Amino acid sequence: MKELVVLSGKGGTGKTSIVASFSVLAKDVVTADCDVDAPDLNIIFDATNEMEDNFYGMKKARIMPGHCIACGKCEEICRYGAIYFDGPGNGRYPKTYRVEPLNCEGCGLCAYFCAENAIEFKENLSGKLYFGKSRLGNLVHARLFAGEENSGKLVAKVRERAKAVAERENIPLIITDAPPGVGCPVISSITGADYALIVAEPTLSGLHDCERVHQLLNSFGVPSGVVVNKADIAPKISRKIEDWAKDNEVTFFGELPYDPDVTLAQIEKKAVVEYKDTEVAEEIKKLWEKLRQIL
Amino acid sequence: MNIVIASGKGGTGKTTVAVNLAYVASREGFKVSYVDADVDEPNGHIFLKPIINRSKPVELLMPEVNMDKCIGCGKCGEICQYGAIVYVGEKVEVFPRLCHGCGGCYLVCPTGAITEAPKKVGVIESGITSGDEPAGNFPFYQGILNIGEVSTTRVIDDLIDEIPDDTTLNFIDAAPGTSCPMVRVAQEADIVLLVTEPTPFGMSDLRLTIDIVKELKKPMLAFVNQYDIGQFNELQRYLQLQRVPISGKLPHSRGIAQLYSEGLLIGKQLDWVYKVFKELLDRVTSRIKG
Repeated sequence: MKELVVLSGKGGTGKTSIVASFSVLAKDVVTADCDVDAPDLNIIFDATNEMEDNFYGMKKARIMPGHCIACGKCEEICRYGAIYFDGPGNGRYPKTYRVEPLNCEGCGLCAYFCAENAIEFKENLSGKLYFGKSRLGNLVHARLFAGEENSGKLVAKVRERAKAVAERENIPLIITDAPPGVGCPVISSITGADYALIVAEPTLSGLHDCERVHQLLNSFGVPSGVVVNKADIAPKISRKIEDWAKDNEVTFFGELPYDPDVTLAQIEKKAVVEYKDTEVAEEIKKLWEKLRQIL
Repeated sequence: MNIVIASGKGGTGKTTVAVNLAYVASREGFKVSYVDADVDEPNGHIFLKPIINRSKPVELLMPEVNMDKCIGCGKCGEICQYGAIVYVGEKVEVFPRLCHGCGGCYLVCPTGAITEAPKKVGVIESGITSGDEPAGNFPFYQGILNIGEVSTTRVIDDLIDEIPDDTTLNFIDAAPGTSCPMVRVAQEADIVLLVTEPTPFGMSDLRLTIDIVKELKKPMLAFVNQYDIGQFNELQRYLQLQRVPISGKLPHSRGIAQLYSEGLLIGKQLDWVYKVFKELLDRVTSRIKG
């Protein structure tokens, strides 16, 4: 079984539209949407009758106001600034301490060191995992609840599930749509993948982010190539990216043109290659052929 | 005053709006700063070309184990919620990439075998922008996460400490998404400016973003980029329903895309775009006052 991960560093370069087209072209494939913060692939896949699983991320601490003696030990040891002295009073103390869930990283030190056992430290439902079939094959995606920690762990669950589905149904390929950035959820999306396609846009920002994401791939030993999307918007910078690829021994897969049909396809809930015989659809097909051979 | 520029979806024009709005506000005589809090991929510097004059490391305290003092009680592994330290085979193993630097292992170790040493996970840089109009320059701050590190929120927390006080209009460029990194920044906002585009992906991510900003009880304004490429009417109806006023918009334009691609400020290059951002600035400032 092979896994191709598609990423970009910078958001909005067209990653998800390209992944949906690959899923159409690959046919026998499991697609994994690892952008658990802002998942969009399902809009195109339009899967119905999906199964869902609860995702429990980090545990979270909660101070029980009735038991708190306002000693402040928790505030002293918390390194995340998650403890506030603005909890409700309890008869003995006019104010108690409170854990702000948005800042809590779930280390549990406050609960461990509270002499009054006034702090609960419990499992926390922090997202949902979905999987099912649509006309574009199997899709696994997830939604991390807003403001939650540990998107990396949920991403790992999405990939685990995608592998399990592929093994069960004897499917030879997984295509993973990675989130933007270079942090925790991105690292979790790329570790152990067979090949990475970087979708760059021809802007200085796009080049900068492409360089950072490539450094990340290198440090995790994932081989990669780059394609420039919407290349005709700034041919000069597209050439710059090509030069950068050559200098860094990154495979350059060429260019995809800007085409308003990409947005129109999205509105019709269709992958670009399903929508119309456009130039960009042709180029995506060629790109897929090249990738298929590498895999 | 903190104006946080956010978007659920990446690549909708968040940075474009943030840098141009800061530039226009500075030209209009406001005391301004720009803060790049998209620490995974900070891009504001490409447009503002700052001269960096201060650089401060972001550090996490990581455990170091002196095996001579270790009695093998395993308490360090028990308290660690991240699987970053374990006692196996009569040895303590530390996994720095998983460590959140909470200090638990150090605190519970009964023999003092664990000490803590700082590890650099990123950097906070500050300086001043270097445009050719003196009135268009202002303080610049950015956080940068080191490649391969996972402590995005730690870099953001240190960056937040640098934000100038309330007498300055601070334009803060947030990370995309709706999880921890974006929320940490939005918590600091006096107003959140949502940058969106009228595509299905854009609107789906916008919904998630509006939900979380509502939870934070922050006032919101919306700015629509490339308003003419998709379903603007639908977007307008949705924002109306959510009572989020549209405070400005830009069309899809090759001219803009080209200037952007070369790292130029569109508000400086194109008079009509300057006016769009001037109007946006008026709406943002009057909303803060109101």
